[in-house]
Amino acid sequence: MNSINEIIRTIPLNYYIFLSAVLFCIGVMGVLLRRNIIIIFMCVELMLNAVNLLFTAFSAYSSDPAGQVFVFFVMVVAAAEIAVGLAILVMIYRNLKTIDIDQLSRLKW
Amino acid sequence: MNAIIALSLLGIFTLFTGIFNWRKAMLPIVVIGLAGVFVLNGMDYFTTPSWYADYTHMVIFDRYAVVFSAALIMITAMLFFLCKQYYQKEDNNISDIYGLILFTLVGGMLMASFSNFAMLFLGIEILSIPLYILAGTKRLEVTSNEASIKYFLMGSFSTGFLLFGMALVYGAAHTFTLDGIRQYTDAHAGDLPTIFVAGIMLMLVGMLFKVSGAPFHFWAPDVYSGAPTLITTFMATVVKTAAFAALYRLLFYTFGSAKPIWFDALWGVAALTMIIGNFSALYQHGVKRMLAYSSISNAGYLLIGVIAMNTHSANSIFYYTLVYSLASLVSFGVLMLVTQDNGGDDSYTAFKGLARNNPALAGLMTLAMLSLAGIPPLAGFFGKYYIFINAMENGYIYIVLIAVANSLVGIYYYFKVIVAMFAKDTAPTKIAVQPAYLFALVVAAALLFVLGIFPDWVSGLMN
Repeated sequence: MNSINEIIRTIPLNYYIFLSAVLFCIGVMGVLLRRNIIIIFMCVELMLNAVNLLFTAFSAYSSDPAGQVFVFFVMVVAAAEIAVGLAILVMIYRNLKTIDIDQLSRLKW
Repeated sequence: MNAIIALSLLGIFTLFTGIFNWRKAMLPIVVIGLAGVFVLNGMDYFTTPSWYADYTHMVIFDRYAVVFSAALIMITAMLFFLCKQYYQKEDNNISDIYGLILFTLVGGMLMASFSNFAMLFLGIEILSIPLYILAGTKRLEVTSNEASIKYFLMGSFSTGFLLFGMALVYGAAHTFTLDGIRQYTDAHAGDLPTIFVAGIMLMLVGMLFKVSGAPFHFWAPDVYSGAPTLITTFMATVVKTAAFAALYRLLFYTFGSAKPIWFDALWGVAALTMIIGNFSALYQHGVKRMLAYSSISNAGYLLIGVIAMNTHSANSIFYYTLVYSLASLVSFGVLMLVTQDNGGDDSYTAFKGLARNNPALAGLMTLAMLSLAGIPPLAGFFGKYYIFINAMENGYIYIVLIAVANSLVGIYYYFKVIVAMFAKDTAPTKIAVQPAYLFALVVAAALLFVLGIFPDWVSGLMN
């Protein structure tokens, strides 16, 4: 445990923050710009994994295990979420024969 | 705490009743179970909350949590009375739907009682994931599918922001417990580091998505109008109450002394939410979509209660959410019947002449609309009154003026429904209502009336 923390600490904390901020922003832009629902799912996962990286880095730097435990919660929830999301996607594909988000625009005023 | 465990077991048990095909017994089991959970939860009201801190400081059932949980359980129990008639055609999966609603309630109770960020996150997800499925339960209708995927995408997107905010706050404070973060905030109130401030803001964005505050409200009208009406009712009542319980708990217990940082942002969001919600509701042709925008504008009023943040705020937020939930329950309940009777048409014209052949339903709808509009003898008036007075005590005059002007605008579109119901031109047929369905609506409407006359029955529960 300690040795892993030391390895993580060989890279300055700011680098981790910048990397995960960049990953997070790529995820956000992907969700907002891409039209394929599966790509959007992947971008959401990217956002969550950016957060995981940040949790791990902070946890190692403050020698507090809580942050690393939190990562497990995030991973489990992300898995549950994506399972439900893919089920919804299958449901939509059966009805519409497409997974393009632009085709889903019946609800507008 | 025992209530959460019992409720989870009840949810699992309900799934099993589906396997053994106990159709008839399902609704009684769920309602009796919820009554038991309500009592278990009520017992926590009288114990000192410190005992529960032993659950490794994850949840704390203080009076705030107990009172909000009680309201959530009560509203859910009423919704179950509406379930049977609404889901007549989807009878095969009814146990799954019941089970998912119960799991959603577990998440809502966690959101009212968390004392650790992990529990806030898990509560929100336990609440949201079943809701994504529930929004799509009319799986052959494309609108239901669309509501489901939109809710899913927006939900997971906002969770990302919430988590990133949590990570930044954790990076500064090195702890996830509310106590620890509050101590950190108090100690560094003057010079909070940038990552902490950014963390608060990102968490707020995540939470505002959940309570549908403008400019993060755009998903709400689509999801509310596309989802099956029963689930829309659930979102407008239980989910909204839980989201506000979580938002206020988060801001009050952790970031209270960092108020200068988030106050201006939340002030603007509250004003914008009210204005956008109300003025969009004016232009709607469908009553369901109007009620969705009305739900957004009500979130704006509630945000005033959140920013006021003094000793009465928790009580006034609770009173408002309870009263709003009851009024929504009645109005969506009547809307469901009218829509089904008119073959899916939920426009104002579908309501025309309702008072002639269905005087009971028209009367209930009128009560609900009057309460939502905030007409004095009804509880909706006192809900607004408490929130506004509370903000005035802190000297927030301008936001209260905006709110009062907005509630005057609101009267117009609520009365449009009443006027349509009492119009004479067409006379729709008599709508068949199951006794249980009518019972739930009557109880909710009666509560609106009683709570309006005796508001202090519930408005002081947290003291």
